[in-house]
Amino acid sequence: MTREIAVVAFAQTDHRRTSHDLSEVEMLMPVLHDVLAQTGLKTADIGFTCSGSSDYLAGRAFSFTLALDGVGAWPPISESHVEMDGAWALYEAWTKLLTGDADTALVYSYGKSSPGSVRDVLTRQLDPYYVAPLWPDSVALAALQAQALIDAGDTDEPELAAVAARSREDASANPHAQLRGAVEQGEYVVRPLRTGDCPPIGDGAAAVILAAGDRARELCARPAWIRGIDHRIEAHSLGVRDLTDSPSTRLAAEKAGAFDRPVDTAELHAPFTSQEVVLRKALRLRDDVRVNPSGGALAAHSVMAAGLVRIGEAAARVHRGESDRALAHATSGPCLQQNLVAVLEGDPR
Amino acid sequence: MSKEPVAVVGIGQTKHVAARRDVSIAGLVREAARRALDDAELTWADVDAVVIGKAPDFFEGVMMPELYLADALGAVGKPMLRVHTAGSVGGSTALVAAGLVAARVHGTVLTLAFEKQSESNAMWGLSLPIPFQQPLLAGAGGFFAPHVRAYMRRSGAPETVGSLVAFKDRRNALKNPYAHLHEHDVTLEKVQASPMLWDPIRYSETCPSSDGACAMILTDRAGAARAPRPPAWMHGGAMRSEPTLFAGKDAVSPQAGKDCAADVYRQAGIADPRREIDAVEMYVPFSWYEPMWLENLGFADEGEGWKLTESGVTELDGDLPVDMSGGVLSTNPIGASGMIRFAEAALQVRGQAGEHQVEGARRVLGHAYGGGSQFFSMWLVGSRPPDS
Repeated sequence: MTREIAVVAFAQTDHRRTSHDLSEVEMLMPVLHDVLAQTGLKTADIGFTCSGSSDYLAGRAFSFTLALDGVGAWPPISESHVEMDGAWALYEAWTKLLTGDADTALVYSYGKSSPGSVRDVLTRQLDPYYVAPLWPDSVALAALQAQALIDAGDTDEPELAAVAARSREDASANPHAQLRGAVEQGEYVVRPLRTGDCPPIGDGAAAVILAAGDRARELCARPAWIRGIDHRIEAHSLGVRDLTDSPSTRLAAEKAGAFDRPVDTAELHAPFTSQEVVLRKALRLRDDVRVNPSGGALAAHSVMAAGLVRIGEAAARVHRGESDRALAHATSGPCLQQNLVAVLEGDPR
Repeated sequence: MSKEPVAVVGIGQTKHVAARRDVSIAGLVREAARRALDDAELTWADVDAVVIGKAPDFFEGVMMPELYLADALGAVGKPMLRVHTAGSVGGSTALVAAGLVAARVHGTVLTLAFEKQSESNAMWGLSLPIPFQQPLLAGAGGFFAPHVRAYMRRSGAPETVGSLVAFKDRRNALKNPYAHLHEHDVTLEKVQASPMLWDPIRYSETCPSSDGACAMILTDRAGAARAPRPPAWMHGGAMRSEPTLFAGKDAVSPQAGKDCAADVYRQAGIADPRREIDAVEMYVPFSWYEPMWLENLGFADEGEGWKLTESGVTELDGDLPVDMSGGVLSTNPIGASGMIRFAEAALQVRGQAGEHQVEGARRVLGHAYGGGSQFFSMWLVGSRPPDS
């Protein structure tokens, strides 16, 4: 017997190009207050807390310890942290609720990309002996992937431009998005990717509350039940991967039950237009699936929070009755190396 | 609802040393993982998921190294999680891995923690200045020394207690082939004559900086039934956190540590830890933390922990041995140190601890802490499966 677990609340900051006036804790606090207020829960009512963030964005060791002060961990709380996108913190919290050790969980993540050069920072994720010393940046790596797709005949530049335009147009209805409405496709950043094909650099935070069984029904009128969630990683070296495909996404989706029945919505963590092409194929999304109604990562890309935001946005659509079965996806690493897929459903109406 | 019992069926460590210049980070972690698999007589294909932990990415200069390490740990095509909870991370990582088995998400999980400190300087890695916030005062010793002072004043412990712990742990390390420091000529006088670093903490009362990795294979009941050697069974596990700095914090005996231990004892059905637990692998990076944690973990009343240490109770042949392996004082690859405590506890109840085996150890506590004494993770393992 598997325990039913749902996303019952979601909150996020407005994602901004800079937040020099705020510390990470100050950026996070309103989001934590918001998500707790939605359920009426207090910190002391939460059974388990898990967060995701990166010391490299913060520029110092143990950066997450101060965020914990913002949570108000007194009396002491049951708590953990993954040095990953918040989507994986949600995964850890989900397993904790499955064991029955807790009935509710608070999950949050945050990232400020503005203090440094995020393109340079992300090079430090690469193989430290053979690749990182060359400093290939995140846009250059994504461009390799985009070119491989074009060479394979999977897409072309006009199609990529259309992904960009649709995403920013959809973001018009999202008050938290950073890039909204018509955005010029612009010059090449790294061929074949233009400015418009790339995500904005942004700062932001997100938080989600999970609850199990009847507790979820008490806290939310229409809980977004997690029917399945799984994540898979691929080899690190780009030389041994087919960049036009994402087998880890496909496998995670299969294990999460995404192919059992069609979904109506998909929130994909695709920071580059070309990556949406890869993910659509791997996830076998039909044309009638609403992809990234929030605008996706092309409209707001707070690193470390963007994956959790996808789960939150998908859940919020279920909460609002705009979706009955939604897929949420998060990614980590260069060129979609690691991928997480969750399937969320509302009760039948 | 019932949880799946969790068993430790494989344990692997590297020989911890100051600098493993002969291997890459990937080579280091693979060595420990390979040994854990060999111990369990399993192959990479038997592993369903990998959970990896380490302390700050700054120590090696690799951001989110799990991405780069996926191949080395046979994780390609599998789920891979990366945990980071400061110094307690080795313990938390094992607990997250155990959670996957307990929740029946996976049958067999490889969990591993590492640090290759020779790639950097840990003291300065922990000392990056932050505007408007208290810095860590030149490494962890500067942060913890005032709390040790507070303990001495509060408990009336004589100044000699710290050196007794260091002398014991360094002698225990001589019996552990994987321990970093093997000081064959160690004497109590030498410990007491070593330079004062952060008063009252002397050089010989501090942990070394090590390169090393520790891995465990965790599995379910069915996996345990197939195991070639006796498994260690998890009877309880918990994590607790509290804020770094606030007016009500007791830095000598943090509430989070007390709560964490109480949760573990509740799960394991332990009413009197001093009597019912046979040995402890405790996270003691500075010698004085042994008496401090003896109190925090409920083995002694407040102000009484140093008496256990002084009377020899915590010696390898004492009534409650502490840090049989030589502990963090003898081996400290920071991110792995917590997992080594957990793994050494499991080795003891499996009867596989070799020369530092405690005869008849049936229930042993593994303990880790981190941050400004704010993150705690612990597990209690037993030689028999938990009642259920």
